[in-house]
Amino acid sequence: MQTSNSSRETILGAIRNNLPKNKVEHPRIPLFQRSGRPLKSEFEQHLKEAGGVAHDVPTVAEAEAKLLTLHPGAKVICSAVPEISGTRRVERVHAPHELADVDVGVVRAQFGVAETGAVWLTQEDLVVDALAVLSQHLVVLLDPEQIVCDMHEAYRRVRLNETAFGCFMMGPSATADIEATPVHGAQGARSLNLFFLPPKPIPALRVRQEPQ
Amino acid sequence: MSNANQVDPAKAAELFILHDQIHEPMHDRFLWATMQRRDAEAAAIPEWEELREIASKIKEHTLTHLDHYLEEFEENATKRGAHVHWALDAAEHNAIVYSILKDHGVEELIKSKSMLQEECQMAPFLQNRGIRVIESDLGERIQQLDGQPPSHIVFPAIHKTRQDVARLFARTVGTDPNNDDPHLLTEVMRNNARPRFLAAGAGMTGGNFAIAETGTFMVCTNEGNADIGASVPPLHIASIGIEKLIPRVEDMSVFLRLLARSAEGVPLTQYSSHFTGPRKGGELHIVLVDNGRSRRLGMPDFWHSLKCIRCGACMNTCPVYRRSGGLSYGATYSGPIGVILDPTFDEFKYSELPFHSTLCGSCTDVCPVKIDISDQIFKWRRVMAEKGYLPLTKRLSFAVAGRILGHSEEYHAMESLAGPAMVLAPHFLLYNRSLNPWGRSREIPPIAAQTFRNWYLENRSEHADIEQ
Repeated sequence: MQTSNSSRETILGAIRNNLPKNKVEHPRIPLFQRSGRPLKSEFEQHLKEAGGVAHDVPTVAEAEAKLLTLHPGAKVICSAVPEISGTRRVERVHAPHELADVDVGVVRAQFGVAETGAVWLTQEDLVVDALAVLSQHLVVLLDPEQIVCDMHEAYRRVRLNETAFGCFMMGPSATADIEATPVHGAQGARSLNLFFLPPKPIPALRVRQEPQ
Repeated sequence: MSNANQVDPAKAAELFILHDQIHEPMHDRFLWATMQRRDAEAAAIPEWEELREIASKIKEHTLTHLDHYLEEFEENATKRGAHVHWALDAAEHNAIVYSILKDHGVEELIKSKSMLQEECQMAPFLQNRGIRVIESDLGERIQQLDGQPPSHIVFPAIHKTRQDVARLFARTVGTDPNNDDPHLLTEVMRNNARPRFLAAGAGMTGGNFAIAETGTFMVCTNEGNADIGASVPPLHIASIGIEKLIPRVEDMSVFLRLLARSAEGVPLTQYSSHFTGPRKGGELHIVLVDNGRSRRLGMPDFWHSLKCIRCGACMNTCPVYRRSGGLSYGATYSGPIGVILDPTFDEFKYSELPFHSTLCGSCTDVCPVKIDISDQIFKWRRVMAEKGYLPLTKRLSFAVAGRILGHSEEYHAMESLAGPAMVLAPHFLLYNRSLNPWGRSREIPPIAAQTFRNWYLENRSEHADIEQ
C-alpha cells in the first residue's frame, strides 16, 4: 500500500511548528585515549565474557580438525568460506528456509572489536543472512590482524551503504529473561567458536595480474 | 483527552508487595544487581561522562532538526529499496501494517520486541482481524502467553519467578510444571519458536536507531530473534518512532557504547544488527510513527524525554520501581521514564504517576542521554495540580503544607510548639490506610525530641548570630 501523502505532510508540518527554538549543534566526537593493551588479548577476554571461545588455529588443516573436534556429531556443516568446504556450500542455498537443518555454520568476519569481543558480519560474508542465526552452532574465522580497538573505530570501518545487512555479533545467542539467569542458545546460535586464521592468499588474483 | 479511569500505581504496587514474600524481594534484587553491573561498566570507561554528554547533544541536535533528518532518512532508505510509510497515530500505524500483511496474504507473523508496537496495541488489533501474532523474545512470549503486557522495557518478565514460568508453560505449552530449570524452559521456547519462524509470512521488528545518512535502522537483541524474523520470512516490517533518528553512522558508536552497558551492564547486546534496504530476495517496509511525538517536541518542559534510547537504567535504579513492579504503572512505559512519557498520551489517566516517585534523582544520574527525568517528574506534578487532577487528600495536605512551609515564622512555631502533636497527627494523616497507601509497608522514623534548629543554636552558638 502507498501511505497517504497527507500524513507525511501533517507530521513534518507539526514537527516544524514544534521545533524547539534553540538549535543545538552536532557535537564533535573526539578521539579517546586507548589503554594500549594488546588488541587480540582484549578481544579474547571480551569474547569469553560474552560466551564465545577463541582458538588459535594458524593453518586450514588445524581449523578443519578443530571444527570436527568441537562438533563431532554435526551432519550439516554449511560453509561460506573458501578454506572449509563443509557438507553444504551456502552459495548453493536459494531460500533461507533451506538452512533450517544446519548444525554448524562457518563464516569469516571482516573484523573484530577489542572493546566488546564482537565481530562484524555482513550479508556478503554470510551470502544468506539466515546462516548467522539459523545454524545451531557457529564457527567464525577472523584474521588476528583485523581487530579494531573500539566501537568508534569499528563504525569508521563499516560500509552501511554497501550492504543490506550488517551485524556486530558478540558471542552466541543469549537470554536472561527467566529469573535473570544467563542461558545461551535462546533463538540463534547455541555456541560461537572463533578461529584466529588469516585468509589464504587468492591465487586467481595473482594470475590475472600477470602481463599478457 | 480520554475518560479512561486514572491508574492507581500505589494500590497496584501494594498488591505486588503484599502478594507474597518472594516476588518483590526477588524483583528488587535482580534489578539492583543489574544496576551494579551497569555501575561497574560505567566506571571502567574513563570517558563515560563525556559519552553521556555527547549522546545527549547528538539527540538534542537531531530533535532540533528532526524534519530535515526524517526526510534524509526517508530518501536514503527509499533509494535502497525500502518502502517508507508515515503514521500519524497508533490507529494509522496498525492500519498500515494490516494493509501490508493483507496484500501479502500473511496469516501468521513473528515479531521481536517493540515498545512502539506495544504503545500502538498492534497485536490485539491484528489478532482481531484474523492474523496470528507470535512474540519471539522469550520474555515477551512469556508475557504474551500469560496475557500480560511487558513489565520492564528490557526484561519483560522480570517480575516472574521460574516457578511462575514453569506453571505457565505447563498450562500453555504442555511441559512438566515441576521442572523450572531456566535452561530447560528456554530450550522449550526455542523449539516452540523455530517452526513458527519458518512458517511465518512476515517478520516484524522495532528499531533502536535510524541513521539518516544511510537510511539504515538498527535493532539490538540478545537472542538473535529479530535477525531470524528479518532474515527468514519474505517480508520484514519495522515500526520506528520518529524520535529514533540520529544523523550519521559514526554517531552510532557513541550510543552503542552506552546502551547495553546502561541496560544490562554488558559492552553490547549479543546482536547489534543494521538493516539498510531489503535483504537479498526480501521486501522491507518501514513505518515511521508520530503518535504524539511531534506534539511532545513542542512542550518546552518535556521535549527532552524524546532523547530516550529505552535502556531501562532509570527503572533499575529507581527504588519505587524496584519495589512496585512494572505492571503497577498500568501503562506501556513504566518506571521513571514511564512517569514522564505516559502523561503525554493521556494526562488524566496517568495523573497519579508523577507521584509514584521519591524524587531521589537517581534516574537523572544514570540516564545515558542525560534526560532530566526527576525534574520532569516534578514538573508533571505541577501540571497535574494545575489541571485539578490531584486526589482530594493530596490537595488538602498540600494546601496546609504550602501555607506553613511558605511562612518561616509559622513553620518554626509549628516545629517547636506543636512538636508533640505532630508525632500523632501526621501519622494519622500519612498512614491512614484509605488515605495514603504509600505508608502501609513503611514507617517514618521517630521524631527527635529536639528540633535541629534548636540543637544548632545551642551547640554552634558562635554562629548563632547568623540565625538571630
